[in-house]
Amino acid sequence: MKLTRRQTMASLAGLGVAPMLGLRPKKALASGAPVKIGYAISLTGPNAGGAGTTILPNYHLWVHEMREKGGILVNGERHPIEVIEYDDRSNSEEAVRAVERLINQDGVDILLAPWGTAMNLAVGPLFDRNGFIQATSTAITDRAPDLIQRWPGFFPLSGTAASWATPVVELMNEAREAGHIDDDVAMISVADAFGIDLAGAARRAFGEYGFNLVYDRTYPVGTQDFSSILAEIRNVKAFASFSYPPDTVAITDNAQLHDFNPNVMYVGIGGAFPMFTDRFGESVDTVLTHGGLNMADERTRDYLARHEEVTGRRADSAGSIVMYAALQAMEQAIERTGTLDNSVIAEEMKTGTFDTALGEISLASQMMPDIFKVGQIRDGYVVGLGPQDVPGRGEFIMPKQPWPAR
Amino acid sequence: MISRSPTPYVGILAVAGTLALLPLYASSYQLAFAIGLLNFAVLATAWGLFSGPTRYVSLASVVFFGIGSYTVAIVGEVMPWPAVLLVAALIGGAVALVVGLATLRLAGIYFVIFTFGLSEMVRQLVTWYEVNVTLSIGRYIFLDITQTQIFWQLLALLAIVMLGAVALQRSRLGFALRVIGGDETMARHFGLNPTFAKLALFVASSMIMALAGAIMAPRWTYIDPAIAFNITLSFQVVIMALLGGMHRIYGPMLGAILMTFLFEALSNHFPQAFSLMLGLVFIVIVYLLPNGIVGRLEEGLARTRRKPATASAKVGERT
Repeated sequence: MKLTRRQTMASLAGLGVAPMLGLRPKKALASGAPVKIGYAISLTGPNAGGAGTTILPNYHLWVHEMREKGGILVNGERHPIEVIEYDDRSNSEEAVRAVERLINQDGVDILLAPWGTAMNLAVGPLFDRNGFIQATSTAITDRAPDLIQRWPGFFPLSGTAASWATPVVELMNEAREAGHIDDDVAMISVADAFGIDLAGAARRAFGEYGFNLVYDRTYPVGTQDFSSILAEIRNVKAFASFSYPPDTVAITDNAQLHDFNPNVMYVGIGGAFPMFTDRFGESVDTVLTHGGLNMADERTRDYLARHEEVTGRRADSAGSIVMYAALQAMEQAIERTGTLDNSVIAEEMKTGTFDTALGEISLASQMMPDIFKVGQIRDGYVVGLGPQDVPGRGEFIMPKQPWPAR
Repeated sequence: MISRSPTPYVGILAVAGTLALLPLYASSYQLAFAIGLLNFAVLATAWGLFSGPTRYVSLASVVFFGIGSYTVAIVGEVMPWPAVLLVAALIGGAVALVVGLATLRLAGIYFVIFTFGLSEMVRQLVTWYEVNVTLSIGRYIFLDITQTQIFWQLLALLAIVMLGAVALQRSRLGFALRVIGGDETMARHFGLNPTFAKLALFVASSMIMALAGAIMAPRWTYIDPAIAFNITLSFQVVIMALLGGMHRIYGPMLGAILMTFLFEALSNHFPQAFSLMLGLVFIVIVYLLPNGIVGRLEEGLARTRRKPATASAKVGERT
């Protein structure tokens, strides 16, 4: 029975090594001891583009700035910062494993969130069970209110899908009142989480505002040719696409190629990314997209300048500043409470107000209040326009400028 | 030829019984690691169960794994857990039956292409359904199933699969499968029914994969078609089974164990260069271990056994 013995030994050797990897117990923070900040994020795979644009540069910027000040201030003393970074390879199971490792093996004091709705929900139970704060600007889900109840340390800063779609419809309404468009609206959406949720919310809002949805179609992830869709809606004056970055680029490119020039045009995720304006330059000025900044605010401009200086790349105009402001709030909460106990920090984050790149903020709702969710592209950034009650709203330029001749 | 000794059964049960105590002293990271390892061990063994004897390379592992996960997402909150597992296995088996009836007459290379296409088709079908019928792509799984429970379930599944595999190898069906794998035409002349044998094995292997998917699903909270039907999983399973060696029952499991340790070591020490290092390792495996680790070990063993014999012959010549 050699086979079984070998099989036995193989299994024993395999699983027997696992416990030997050892477990390090968590100690109280000694004077001069480093504070460990860890995160698992998509460095490779389909999520890497989004993670590398919106989240990762802000983690780097935040750590860089604390290091410049001499470390993170805990209980009146600045401690050096040790950063532990893992790649979840855009895979939920890897993300779960990497976060387990950060918590149990590396013994991190502060855990930063991964990128995207799916990854954040996959690691949510782990963050919660181990009492860590999970703040992210890249999880958009209509279950956000439920999740906050379930996980008290969860800060889904960007809120629900509906809160992103309704302001788009409000802007269309404004354009209709100004006489630039009529009741007819065309809408397309990508057949994936973001597209479906937002298109669903937009459909309801278009109905409430008395718009006539003359075209409403979903397309599969990965679609690159929109010629036939655009040919069908040539004469529509208002157009919205709830798209992902690759299709956002393709739709804009196709629209320019076929000279499809609606008076109001909204494009989805990607429109607020630097890569979009890098590619299309001034030709996409006055196109509407997600996110938006208060460009009149000095703190916003200061943030954009520091981001570019430290990370070597421009910030996006949507989730970047929201993520950074939340990190600032967390840092201030740590300074005020003088502890690394995440439940105490979370309590302070929910009750206090903080001075951040977004101004004075309160995170009582566990979501970021007063952020722009739709804006208009101008000079490489997105000028915030909606929701209408957000302070520092920019000027809505109508109609969209015609595409330049190719 | 057909052994009846109970030793392997006792061995499997003893090892599984010992490992079942692991959650008592392992940290939750170690447990998470063990869960990943067991998951791949189950999948690779199930894959080897079908592909080893029949030599069909299936890239459809993720189809059945995903079906299991989706079953949990859909009925997880309305049924008791054992019923959920049963439903997952039955759906996986039913899909495998239909697919198997349609494709197992295809010759090797066409089968590979078909299974690859199948996983994409299932993913698109589920996406289409969610987009047009439920109007929401992601599904949430909020079940109170702990890591320890997942670990025990996977361990039990692996033990059952190993017991079944040993029993199968010793059965008439197992013998028939080896003949079919060797030469299908000859097997037909012996009066064997290759299509039935292959189909039975494909269905069994698929049910196991669906069960693994169902057991793992509560770990993720949120699934959508891109997560549940991620084709990378199918390739990982194939690579693990090939690394271990497919001509022995324990080969794929050994491959899964080694590969999981390798994945973990690479992602801990080279998080930025993971894919690059993995590619290099794969090239090395293909060049140096064409028959898998088990194949290489057996070669080595055979050589050491032969050596004393030749040595004594030489001594004999000299005297």
